[in-house]
Amino acid sequence: MSTRTEARDRFLSDWEAFEHQRGAQEPAFLGQLRRGARDQFAELGLPSSRQEEWRYTNVRPLAETTFEQPSGTPEITRERVEEISFPVFACSLFVFVNGRYAPELSTPQALAGGLPVESLAQLAVESPDRLEQLLAEAASLKGHPFAALNTAFLEDGALVTLPRDTDVGHAIHLVFVSSGCVPTISQPRVVVRAEQGSRGHVIQDHVSLAHPGEGAIHFSNTVTDVVVEANAELDLVLVQREGEGTHVVSNTNVRQERDSRFACHTMTLGGNLVRNDLEVLLAAEGADCTLNGLFLGRHSQLVDNHTLVDHAMPNCSSRELYKGILADDARGVFRGRVIVRPDAQKTNASQSNPNILLGDGAEINTKPQLEIHADDVKCSHGSAIGRIDEEALFYLRTRGIGAGAARALLTRGFAHEVIAALPHHALTDALGAMLDERLRGAGT
Amino acid sequence: MKTMLEIQDLHASASGAEILKGINLKIRPGEVHAMMGPNGSGKSTLAGVLAGRPAFEVTRGRILYCGRDLLELEPEVRAREGIFLAFQYPVEIPGVTNNYFLKASLNALRAHRGEEELDAMDFMELVKEKMKIVDMPADLMSRAINEGFSGGEKKRNEVLQMLLLEPRLAVLDETDSGLDIDALRIVANGVNHLRRPDRSMLLITHYQRLLDYVVPDHVHVLSEGRIARSGGKELALELEEKGYTWLEKTPPGTPEAQPA
Repeated sequence: MSTRTEARDRFLSDWEAFEHQRGAQEPAFLGQLRRGARDQFAELGLPSSRQEEWRYTNVRPLAETTFEQPSGTPEITRERVEEISFPVFACSLFVFVNGRYAPELSTPQALAGGLPVESLAQLAVESPDRLEQLLAEAASLKGHPFAALNTAFLEDGALVTLPRDTDVGHAIHLVFVSSGCVPTISQPRVVVRAEQGSRGHVIQDHVSLAHPGEGAIHFSNTVTDVVVEANAELDLVLVQREGEGTHVVSNTNVRQERDSRFACHTMTLGGNLVRNDLEVLLAAEGADCTLNGLFLGRHSQLVDNHTLVDHAMPNCSSRELYKGILADDARGVFRGRVIVRPDAQKTNASQSNPNILLGDGAEINTKPQLEIHADDVKCSHGSAIGRIDEEALFYLRTRGIGAGAARALLTRGFAHEVIAALPHHALTDALGAMLDERLRGAGT
Repeated sequence: MKTMLEIQDLHASASGAEILKGINLKIRPGEVHAMMGPNGSGKSTLAGVLAGRPAFEVTRGRILYCGRDLLELEPEVRAREGIFLAFQYPVEIPGVTNNYFLKASLNALRAHRGEEELDAMDFMELVKEKMKIVDMPADLMSRAINEGFSGGEKKRNEVLQMLLLEPRLAVLDETDSGLDIDALRIVANGVNHLRRPDRSMLLITHYQRLLDYVVPDHVHVLSEGRIARSGGKELALELEEKGYTWLEKTPPGTPEAQPA
């Protein structure tokens, strides 16, 4: 039996045990939803690199490890959480440990209409009908094996609501902590609803906490479903800074309604095997979408970003900029699909993926893919792979800046455009500092 | 008087082709030397070798800077030890602000000298003072290094860096090229501002024009990788009048060209 099949069977047998322990309080629809997803996962199994979508990403490192389901509450203190969270946003913090909401670690800040973040587990008990409707509208069950796996174990997560016609002044900061003394899988589900005319930004911050004497191999498998209703404006910041032992899979599905504006900022600084799928459906006229990404791979990391922008309706625009930095023997994959449907006249779509290779063993596979079925559209794409500009390096050195610092500075300059586009200057500063710290250690 | 820079029988090549074919030159503290010569004579190669440009290989000879073997030092160490090269083509660096760059640069030099780093406030004050000298618009500090700067702004930015870093030996590689007369005056003003008895300069230029504003103590003419002629400031005027072809018709090497 192959490693992938064994891994699938482990997940399936874990599922039986998991399902057996569900409380009687849970609404019946949730069990049905999970069973359907379990069946789908059983059929799909773990993806093989023979599949086009997984051609450059072998999930073997992930399949080789036996992950435990989250159990009990790991001992994490509020101080520890504050240490690792962005200090500026500590005032409104929603903490999830191994996928489960941890109210004792959180400092929720209420809006006029109530809390902007609710635990899905709590919602299942208190307003099952609402949860059922929200999940039914989610687009995540589209044949992605890891999305199916996430749904099969759906138990808790976050519902974020930006209330109608409200400008949420502060950032809504969700922290997802992977923790445990044994390899542990956490599968949070995030549902974001930006109601009509609302404005705000949501930070989805993924970290892992190392325990002394532990190998810290975790698996973080997240599914995020986003709806941006008419005239709403939402910035979603996904920060992936798990430890280098943590495998990360993230599926984000977005639907945009009429005249909505959505920007996603995917910042990948950590993890071992990282695979992100981001799909945006421009479902109504006048929707505007920005996808920004920055990924830094070091050592033997693999960072794979698959994006899809689906222009289904006329007069929508999308722009995408993913910048990759690959040091040492790290590998990067970028596949950006843009579909312009026959109805989507007056589409304006651009896509760009410049990459910089810092290490001799580093590599990137980049593939833009435009599928245009309408004739009155403006579309452009481009990708590039470069190294540090030797002339710029010499220039900085002639000004007294050491070779290592000069390389780090040039790399930081390369990343600047993406970091500067973050929705808050404090985020720009924080991400810049994290990047600097990692570049210093990247053997540049 | 001690020697600031002594170049002895310098041979250097790029991509296997020999460009400098035996340069001898001595620069004492406080002196301003002009190095003139036609295109391809090796002027920029000489500047590059002094700053440590990796593309050039020194095949023979040596360079003593304040008595030390210059060729053993990395480019950044040369800079910290007081050598400054104003680039003929200043490099555009996206994503890094001029302000951040100049502060990092100045603080690298200060750290090397065992001085405390300047904080943002003190640095800003110092920069403002220096910017006045080269008449530089304030917004250039918050923009990316040289990105979208006009030719004149780039050259002024070079002189601004020189004013900030206060080198012991400044090498200006065709800083005058491509400047209109107003910009040339501003650049010359910055250079003159730095003239001091303990600071030396090597002005590399194709034209005599800059030397109307920055009067050199010595003028050398480089031809085919060797110093063909050396003299006082009047040599520049003679060259301007007769053109570089004049050199080819007269035998190279005058007594002044040889170091004493």
